[in-house]
Amino acid sequence: MNSYNLTHLKVLESEAIFIIREVAAQFEKPVMLFSGGKDSIIMFHLARKAFYPDKIPFPLMHIDTGHNFPETINFRNKLIEETGENLIIKLVQESIDNGTAIEETGLNPSRNGLQTVTLLEGIEGGNYDCALGGARRDEEKARAKERFFSHRDEFGQWDPKNQRPELWNLFNGKKNQGEHFRVFPISNWTEMDVWQYILDEKIEIPSLYFAHKRHVVNRDGVLLSKCEHISLKNNEEWQEKTVRCRTIGDMTCTGVSESRASTMEEIIEEVATTRVTERGGRADDKRSEAAMEDRKKEGYF
Amino acid sequence: MSESKGYLDMELLRFTTAGSVDDGKSTLIGRLLYDSKAIFEDQIQNLQEVNEQRGEEGINLALLTDGLRSEREQGITIDVAYRYFATPKRKFIIADTPGHIQYTRNMVTGASTANLALLLIDARHGVIEQTKRHAFIASLLQIPHVAVCVNKMDLVDFSKDEFEKIKSDFKKFASKLEIKDVNFIPISALKGDNVVDRSKNMDWYEGSTLIHLLENIHIGSDLNHVDCRFPVQRVIRPQSKNYPDYRGYAGRIEGGVFKTGDEILTLPSGKKSTIKSIDTFNGEINEAFSPMSVCITLNDNIDISRGDMLVRTNNQPQISQDIEVMICWMNERKLIPKGKYTIRHTSQTTRCIIKEIKYKIDINSLHRMEQENELSMNDIGRISIKTTKPLFFDSYRRNRNTGSIILVNEATNETVGAGMII
Repeated sequence: MNSYNLTHLKVLESEAIFIIREVAAQFEKPVMLFSGGKDSIIMFHLARKAFYPDKIPFPLMHIDTGHNFPETINFRNKLIEETGENLIIKLVQESIDNGTAIEETGLNPSRNGLQTVTLLEGIEGGNYDCALGGARRDEEKARAKERFFSHRDEFGQWDPKNQRPELWNLFNGKKNQGEHFRVFPISNWTEMDVWQYILDEKIEIPSLYFAHKRHVVNRDGVLLSKCEHISLKNNEEWQEKTVRCRTIGDMTCTGVSESRASTMEEIIEEVATTRVTERGGRADDKRSEAAMEDRKKEGYF
Repeated sequence: MSESKGYLDMELLRFTTAGSVDDGKSTLIGRLLYDSKAIFEDQIQNLQEVNEQRGEEGINLALLTDGLRSEREQGITIDVAYRYFATPKRKFIIADTPGHIQYTRNMVTGASTANLALLLIDARHGVIEQTKRHAFIASLLQIPHVAVCVNKMDLVDFSKDEFEKIKSDFKKFASKLEIKDVNFIPISALKGDNVVDRSKNMDWYEGSTLIHLLENIHIGSDLNHVDCRFPVQRVIRPQSKNYPDYRGYAGRIEGGVFKTGDEILTLPSGKKSTIKSIDTFNGEINEAFSPMSVCITLNDNIDISRGDMLVRTNNQPQISQDIEVMICWMNERKLIPKGKYTIRHTSQTTRCIIKEIKYKIDINSLHRMEQENELSMNDIGRISIKTTKPLFFDSYRRNRNTGSIILVNEATNETVGAGMII
């Protein structure tokens, strides 16, 4: 008899496709969150696989803080143009203009927290009953306790102590009016799996992930990129370095790392030997011990 | 490049860990993650800071697995936590479940998708009630492999006699269960003996280290590749310029091997056809097996929708509305005799009524308590149910994917029961 074994990447891919299809079947009006980072690019790729040869039966939604790397936005626009899928853009600036979100002040005011307001407004305004996200359990300790199908109350809040048990491949997306779900199809992927999959599937990613020259400032051990939203302190100065992004978020809180990795193979080599977690460079996670848990409870991604 | 190629050949092993609060379970997981370099410097730094705040010295590996604030405060694990690590041979997913008595539901959850159960026994205390409970759940959930780690061997002078006694006690109890493949390993999670590195303190032990077992145990036969089962998740009909008449059935193979040209039977209609193509985004393939997600097209136009199942004509599942189930109750509201629940099975959703509670199992003694007529949170018992429409199922023992169900409370929408079809 043949040996019917799949590689771990194929198993993870099949699991994610299964879950994305379950979302399309169990919810009336799902939406897929899209940030232009590698995890959401993979999610987009998996969604196309799940419904091939049909189009993705739900729209993508980008919560745009206005603090993005320009490379991310260019990549996003090109991807949508090439695939002809449907993208909705929600601006954090609009929430600020409407007075529902209030801008932070200081040297690098972050709009990271404000995204939650715009996200919940986007979900509520569009009457979406499920938002697919690319969060992974290996990213952060509070995320390690997250379900694939994560229930949110009518305030969009997560109750980690009262999660529904999730067994076998049987997912329960039942809810009351006004409540919604967050679903995370790549929960079981690690950073290494994501990179290997991008290599294996030859998926295009923004140039930011590869080594390039950039002006940065070292603030509390995090290298921040030069942009209009960051002001220097007295003793600080911009320095040109060869860097790349391991994770892409806002320019105000995404640390870049010094690297010479300019091909997928070199990136994988680097990920295999690196000794700091992916989110180690995220200033948003450094704000407190339970920063992610608190943000998630309020309705963050 | 050779390294990245190697990575593409890795297999995936899912395992669940069970042990009581003080068995050193978190320490063992911390040890596996630490020795396989799955823990990063900033995580260690973070642990050091937390430990300093708590007035403890050194690094408490247990804190790596306790993610929520209240868990760290109370020093207990509340919920199933998923952890990941990899060696050059395999990628591992750990479902780390709390061991306290009130958390049976978490253990059942972690066990439901596991290839292997890792049971921890404190060498000083031997086989205790909790060990029996964990072994019973591993057996009930039909986890294909069990690794019994006798921990804290350093505290019993690495004694072979102590280890052998625990081994024979466990075997005696396990003979009443259905555990197919048991392996015993004497370890010290704290000192690292026989976890990743072979112990220098136990020359008498000739078996493999824990990591060697995890890397090499044969998991190729854990899935059913005999009985062809394809529950339809969704119908794919693009109605686009390039695919005006395409009609495909999207789903995951839950058993057996499907090939192009195979004659199939559709349930519940009973209509026959042959497989025209098995499509994926990366191109057409000739055969598909569990757990692949594919899209199947047929040579005949048959009315098929979500919840239907494609099978082979000469190998059909059971088709019935009367089903016997071993159920683990997972909700504070007790199971209601004669109560009505939503039932989910493969891609089907329907309703059912609880006809009878046959017995409850005392999970310490394994006795059947036939007088019991209620099931509360964390209870396990046998019930019979009647569904509003027929389900197409196999016994859980034969196929975990087509033999499992969940019950959903129709008022609260919560998942309240996890069932294995007998």
